[in-house]
Amino acid sequence: MEETTKRELVLHVNGERRSIVTRQAETLLFVLRDGLGLTGAKPGCLNGDCGACTVLVDGTPIKSCMMLAIETVGKEITSIEGLDDAPIQHAFVRHFAFQCGYCTPGFIMNAHALIERHPNADEATIQEWLESNICRCTSYQEIEAAVKEVLEAKKAKPTDP
Amino acid sequence: MAVGKSIIRKEAWDKVTGRAKYTNDFKEQGMLHASLVTSPYAHARILSLEARRALAAPGVHAVVTGEGLPLTGEDMRDRPPIAVDKVRYYGEVVAVVVADTLAQAEQAARLVRVVYEPLPAVGSPREALKEGAPLLHEHLDRYEKNKTTHPEPGTNVAHRTKIRKGNIEQGFAESDVIVETSVSFAPSDHIAMETRCATAEIWPDGTIHISASSQSPFMIKKLLHTYFGEETGKVIVHTPLVGGAYGGKAPVQLELLAYLASKAVGGRKVSVWNSREHDMVTSPVHIGLEATVKIGATKEGLFKAMEILFLFDGGAYSDKAIDVSRAAAVDCTGPYHVENVFCDSLCVYTNRPYATPFRSFGHCEQAFAVERAIDELARTLQLDPWEVRRKNAIRPGHTTPTQVRLTKSNVGNISACLDRLRELMRWDEWQRVEVDAYTVRAKGISSGWKTSTIDTDASSGVILTFNSDGSVNVISGVVEIGTGTKTVLAQIVAERLKMDVDCVHVKMDIDTQTTPEHWKTVASRGTFMAGRAALAAADDAIRQLKDIAACVLRASPDDLEVGFGRVFLRDDPAIFLPIKDIAYGYKFPNGNAIGGQVIGRGRYILRHLTPLDPETGAGKPGPEWGVCAEGVEIEFNRRDYTYRIVKAYAVIDAGKVLNPKAALGQAMGAMSMGLSFSSREGFLFDNEQRVLNPQLRTYRPIRFGEHPEYIVEFVETPQIDAPYGARGIGEHGLIGMPAALANALSLAAGVPLNELPLVPELIWRTQKGDSYGSV
Ligand code: FES
Ligand code: FES
Repeated sequence: MEETTKRELVLHVNGERRSIVTRQAETLLFVLRDGLGLTGAKPGCLNGDCGACTVLVDGTPIKSCMMLAIETVGKEITSIEGLDDAPIQHAFVRHFAFQCGYCTPGFIMNAHALIERHPNADEATIQEWLESNICRCTSYQEIEAAVKEVLEAKKAKPTDP
Repeated sequence: MAVGKSIIRKEAWDKVTGRAKYTNDFKEQGMLHASLVTSPYAHARILSLEARRALAAPGVHAVVTGEGLPLTGEDMRDRPPIAVDKVRYYGEVVAVVVADTLAQAEQAARLVRVVYEPLPAVGSPREALKEGAPLLHEHLDRYEKNKTTHPEPGTNVAHRTKIRKGNIEQGFAESDVIVETSVSFAPSDHIAMETRCATAEIWPDGTIHISASSQSPFMIKKLLHTYFGEETGKVIVHTPLVGGAYGGKAPVQLELLAYLASKAVGGRKVSVWNSREHDMVTSPVHIGLEATVKIGATKEGLFKAMEILFLFDGGAYSDKAIDVSRAAAVDCTGPYHVENVFCDSLCVYTNRPYATPFRSFGHCEQAFAVERAIDELARTLQLDPWEVRRKNAIRPGHTTPTQVRLTKSNVGNISACLDRLRELMRWDEWQRVEVDAYTVRAKGISSGWKTSTIDTDASSGVILTFNSDGSVNVISGVVEIGTGTKTVLAQIVAERLKMDVDCVHVKMDIDTQTTPEHWKTVASRGTFMAGRAALAAADDAIRQLKDIAACVLRASPDDLEVGFGRVFLRDDPAIFLPIKDIAYGYKFPNGNAIGGQVIGRGRYILRHLTPLDPETGAGKPGPEWGVCAEGVEIEFNRRDYTYRIVKAYAVIDAGKVLNPKAALGQAMGAMSMGLSFSSREGFLFDNEQRVLNPQLRTYRPIRFGEHPEYIVEFVETPQIDAPYGARGIGEHGLIGMPAALANALSLAAGVPLNELPLVPELIWRTQKGDSYGSV
C-alpha cells in the first residue's frame, strides 16, 4: 500500500478527461470523491448494499464502491454532477422524492439509467432496478411517483432519443 | 401567502445535482484520518493493550487510548469515551489510530494488540435484573449525575421512572376483566444513510473547530466544556446538511474522539468517519424493550386501571436511554383516559450497544406494548378493537399519566383521528377475510400520542438579516436533517412579512459562532420553537422597518404596514417606501442617513415545564400532545407464513399543515421506518452478545417495491401558542405502525404476536409452539 502501488490513471468523467495518481486498489467511489472532488456519489456501506454510490459506467448503473477505478479506464463515467437538467431531477423535486438527500444522487443515477434503458419498464422491471438502493427518509412512494411520471412522459413523446 | 403551500425545499436543487455537501464531503489537504479499534467481546476485562507496531506503521501519527480520560454522559457520566480496564459491549472503542490516510489508519488499527479476559455477558433486561446477574457498572453509586436521574447501585438499573396516578388496587377491583400482555424486541438501528462523521482541529489560539453530522451542534460545545473544561466560547461547531438522523445523531460520541485525536497530534485536523459496521454497533442504537401491560376494564371495555412495566434495554451506557425510558413512562397509557395508572419504567444496563433516541422517542415502543394489550382486551371481551379505543379516547379536561390537565390547545383530537381512520380503512366492512385456502387479509389499528420530554429550559433563537435587494436571510440553529424545517421557517417568515417566499433565503449550515442557538434538532420541536423565534424576529424587523419609514414618510409607525416588499401607509398604500431602500437604513437626497441594516432578532423558550416528581411522576414534561390513529392492512400466506403489507394508513392531528407535501413526506417516511423496524429489523446476538448482523446485507431495511400504499390524512386542531397552530408531525407516523402491524398479523394468524421483528419465522414459531390457536 505504499507509493510503489500508486499509478496514474486517465479517466473519462462527465465528458472530461481527468488524470489522477492513485492507489491501484482504490475504488472508483474514492477516486471520484477524494481525487476528483466529485462528492455527489456517497459512501453508505462500501459493500454494495445501499446504492448511495451509484454512478453510470458506459451507461450502466454501477455501485462505485464495488468497482476499482482502474477497471474504468477507457470507459465513460457519468456521476450525478454530469447529469444536465434531466427530467428525473425535476420529477424528484416535484414529487418531494427526497428529504435528507443523501441517497438521492444514487437513486437518481439508477432511475435515470432505468428510464434510458427501459422506457417501457413494467412494475417488475422498475422494482428490480430500484430495489438496489436504500432510502431511509422517504416511503419510496414519492420516488415511485417521480419515476413513473418520467416514464409516462417519455411514452407520450416517443420521438425523444 | 406562503403558509399552507407545498413550497419546494430550499436546498432541493443542491440535492438533486450532487452539490449538497455533508460532513464527510469536506476534504482538506493534510487532514488526518482516524480508524477505530473496537472490542470483539461484549463484556471483558482489558488485560493489556499494545500499540507499538501500529505506531511504527507507515503514515501513523498517534494511537489514542482511554487512560486518564473523564467519564462522559449527558444524564449520568458512566461512559469512558475510549474504554479502559473493561469493555461493556461488542464494538466498543478501545483505541483510535490516526494516520495520513484512511487506508493507513485502517491497516495500522489491525496491528493494535489487545488482550482480553472475557466476562459473562448480560443479554436482556430481564436477565440483567436477575439475582446474581453480572454487574456492568460496579461503581454506579460514584457516577456524577443530574438531579433527575435515579440509578440503583448494586444492580443493573440505570434509572427508574415511577408513575403513580389514582389508586391502582381500586381500579383493578372495579374491573370486570383484567388482561395481561408481555412484549419484547431487541435493540435495532437508525441506519441513517450518511454514517456519522466528525472532524476536529485545534488552532494555536486554543479555539477548537469541530465539524459534525449532528443533531446537537450546540450540545457539543457545552459537553466539551463539561468533560474537558474547554471554554464554550472557544469551541466552534460547524454542521452542514445531515444525511438522515432520526435521533441517532443527537448523542455526542465521535466528536469527542475527533477532539482527543486532534489533541494527540498537536491540533491538526483529524476526521473520524464511521464505517457502516461501526455506525451500526459502535455508535448508539435504537433501544430494545421487554414490557408487561396489565389492563383492567369493565365489560363494556372502559379502562379502569393500567399497570405497566417497561424494561428498556439501554445497553452498556445510559447516554440518552434514560430519557427515552422516561418519555415512554410519561405517556405510558397512550391517548386514553385512565384514572388509575401504575407504571415503572426502567432503563437497564445490558452488554449490548448503548441506546439513544430513535424517531418517536420511546413512543412507538410504548404503543407497541399497550396497543397490543388493548387488542387482547378487545378480543377477550369480544368487542371491536376500534370501539374500545374510541370509547377511552382522551379529551380536554382529562389528565395525563403525569397529571397534566389537558386543554383544547395542548392535546390533539384523537377521537376525530379515530373516526376518520375508520372511514378511510373501511373498518366496518371487514377486518379479516379469507381470500382463498391460503390467503388471509387482515387489518390492525393503533393510536398514538406524544409529547416531547425535553429540557425544561430548552430555547431557540432566530436572526433575520436583510439584503440590499430587500430580501431576507433566515439564520436559525435548527439542523437540516432532512425534515425541511428550514424551508418551513422561511414560509413562516414570508407569511409574517407578507413577502414572496422566494425572497426569503435560509442559511443551511450551522456555525455555532454565528448561528443563534437551537437546543437540539430533536423531538419534533423545530417548527414550534424556532417558528416562534422566527415570528418574534419578523416582528422585530417589522418594528425597525416601520421606525425608519415613519421618519421618512413623516407618519407614525402605528399607521404603517409592512408587506409586498414595501412599507406603506395603511389608509393610502400609494404612499410607501420599498423595503430595499430602507433595509440598510435610508439615505436622504442630501446624503444624510438614518437607520442602518435591519436585523430582526427573535427567541423562544418553553414555559412551565417541570421535572417529574420522583415518587409519583407528577410534572409537566412537554408543551403539547400530538395524536394520531393508524392502521395497516396485510395479506398473510398461511402456508409459508410470509405476508405483504398492502396498505398503511395514518390520520394525524397536525394542528395546522404548514407545507402539505412536506408534511405528507414526513408522515409517510416515518410510517415506512416504523414498518421496516417492526417487520424486519433488529440485531441478532449470539450467546456472548456479539452482534451477528452489523451490515446492510444481513440487517435489511425495507426496500423499494416492498412498500405498501400509504394513505395519510391530517386533522387540524390548532395548538394555540404554536406558529399558525402547527403541531409536531415528524414522528407520529411511526408511533402506531409496529402495533398496527402486529395487531393485523395476530388477527390473520390467530395467535398473539408480541415480539418484533415480525418475520415469518416468528409467526411460524409462535403458532407451532402455542396451543392457543391453529389455522
Ligand atoms: S456505498 Fe456502494 S453500495 Fe453502499
Ligand atoms: S432522502 Fe434521506 S435517505 Fe433518502
